[in-house]
Amino acid sequence: MPDALALIANAAGKLTREGLRATGRGATALPGLVALTLDPNFIGALAAELEYGVACVSGTNGKTTTARMLADISRTAGWNPIHNRSGSNLDRGVAAALLEHSSWSAEPQGNFGLFEIDEASLPSAVERLQPRVVVITNLFRDQMDRYFELDALAQKIGDALAALPASTTLVLNADDPLVANLAVRRDAKTIFFGVDDPDVGGVVPQAISDATRCPRCKAPLKYARVVLAHVGDWSCPSCGLTRPPRDVSATKVLLGPDSSEIALAGTVGGIFEPVRVPIPGLYNAYNALAALAAARALDLGLAEAIRALANFRPAFGRLETIEHRGRTLRLVLVKNPAGFNAAIGALLETGRTPRLLAALSDRDADGRDVSWIWDADFEALAPSVEHAVITGLRGRDLALRFKYAGLAKERIEVVDDWSAAIDRATTLAPEGGEVVVLATYTAMQALRAVLARAGAAVPFWED
Amino acid sequence: MDLRIAHLYPDLMNIYGDRGNVIALAQRAKWRGVEVEVRPYSIGEWAEPDWPDVWFFGGGQDQGQDIVGADLAGKSGAALRKSVEGGAAIFSVCGGYQLLGHEYVPETGPSIPGLGILDVTTRAGKRRFVGNLLVDSPDGQLVGFENHSGRTYLGPGAKPLGTVIAGNGNNGEDKTEGAVQGKVIGCYLHGSCLPKNPWLADRLLAWALDRRHKDAKLEPLDDVEEAAARAQASEVARTRT
Repeated sequence: MPDALALIANAAGKLTREGLRATGRGATALPGLVALTLDPNFIGALAAELEYGVACVSGTNGKTTTARMLADISRTAGWNPIHNRSGSNLDRGVAAALLEHSSWSAEPQGNFGLFEIDEASLPSAVERLQPRVVVITNLFRDQMDRYFELDALAQKIGDALAALPASTTLVLNADDPLVANLAVRRDAKTIFFGVDDPDVGGVVPQAISDATRCPRCKAPLKYARVVLAHVGDWSCPSCGLTRPPRDVSATKVLLGPDSSEIALAGTVGGIFEPVRVPIPGLYNAYNALAALAAARALDLGLAEAIRALANFRPAFGRLETIEHRGRTLRLVLVKNPAGFNAAIGALLETGRTPRLLAALSDRDADGRDVSWIWDADFEALAPSVEHAVITGLRGRDLALRFKYAGLAKERIEVVDDWSAAIDRATTLAPEGGEVVVLATYTAMQALRAVLARAGAAVPFWED
Repeated sequence: MDLRIAHLYPDLMNIYGDRGNVIALAQRAKWRGVEVEVRPYSIGEWAEPDWPDVWFFGGGQDQGQDIVGADLAGKSGAALRKSVEGGAAIFSVCGGYQLLGHEYVPETGPSIPGLGILDVTTRAGKRRFVGNLLVDSPDGQLVGFENHSGRTYLGPGAKPLGTVIAGNGNNGEDKTEGAVQGKVIGCYLHGSCLPKNPWLADRLLAWALDRRHKDAKLEPLDDVEEAAARAQASEVARTRT
């Protein structure tokens, strides 16, 4: 039974939530902030009541999709997850999810906590939540105005993981040297996932220098294959650190325009039917591997997990599609160079010549420093672009990026107003055609709000 | 006519999107019919140090900066110094800027020597300066995004690049931002800096071309998009920082 302080914090948070919802607003963060102000240990107190414990999903890219996949898997197994679904993933988002699913006496109405945690908040979150499983998808440079430097962040995460009890299982991406090396700090159980298909990835490292050095001895790493940025088949010629053996491994990844298929192997034992991932892109194949490895760490059946994945639906801005005025809008959330390159890679490998609606903003949730667009590979995208309508609080920076990437002037159009930008992009696409919407977080929220008012989409806090 | 651009330590000193500076220099030269080649210069990759007309040196993580500092303390640093004496230009940002100065003085421990190409010294500060940065100079405004904890102070040999209108700049005290000394520029402007501040890009191009092509003329370009991005970023710096 939670203590008196947690009870008060719970009641105050729930009242805030009721108030916000009564006025028709989404309540993803503020109620949690109220509860945490009253009781800083609120999330720990409520999480301790959960029968199947807590899993935390973190990393720079893919945490929302991975957590949603794991939620579906756990539900298929008959569990009742409490999940911060909407991608509001700071402490207050976790608190808000607990508030939404707790009784007025602060008893959780669920038996499993599944929390997507911002990587900068991960050290404090794992200390409070004492999770059974921690999943880390990858570590890229993201929003430098908030996280500062990647090595320092990895160090902090490593220290926090090292302080967890031996009963916590780590689920780590073997192909990301920074993430794989998080395991060397502790002797407890670790499950590694990775891609072992020799046809996936190239030999030329991409121009994003997040971590091409050995996380142990700092010598330059050698790559037999580079999948994306510093992710791939890596080894250190100097100190001998190598990619750890994969417990959940993809020996073949077949990428299609709307889905992919993975042949699964690894030390988990047994050969399973191919895994169907019903959303496109190699990075979503990685997310699926992470979710399956996490299911394994939670002792959930893999065959069932694979069936649950086949019915997966994407989240807010993660390649979901919305029908609007006879056109299909394909929403792609972009927020850092690695994520952007992965997203456009998925677009281009299907041979599209996209009509774009591209939106760049610089609110806190987007990252206030828009410099990252200059590291994203617009040069690979530009030759295929049919037309780009550009908007957002920093749309002019984005238009400039397209100009320097070589997109012809007559193919670029800046429309500041959200609604007018959607109208223009929609009008330019033929009836039955597709508009690819690339947007940062708050820009995507703004565009979705306009679409919702036009009757096209579901407000994001209800999805 | 041709232009040779060197990107210093692109694998170690490129985490703030500073690569856009190389893209801007290259494109603005190509749009004027100049042939451009860009080469990386990094650890174990220092062939032909006399080749470049202009060097770009960006910001990195602390770790990268330590490795680069050690490399520059040897032959590479001497080669870079010789190249500047031979008329090459340098544009440096943040960590690169600091490494071109005399030294970096951390809060504790011995100071880390720099190249001394710029008459500046940097000391560690407690609070990190993170935000939009707007700077005035006699040649035009400059806009970007700063993200540094180092406090840089100019000696008599270097002139400030400009005066801070919004943000912190070199040290948050004397309202100066950046440093210019001969054809060497250092600053704290990420963004990337040069695409949104094309007058500065063109100044560097003029300096660079001058090294091997005397009396090279830079035709004006249509900078409508550059001006629009500048205006929007300046507005953000004035109102939201």
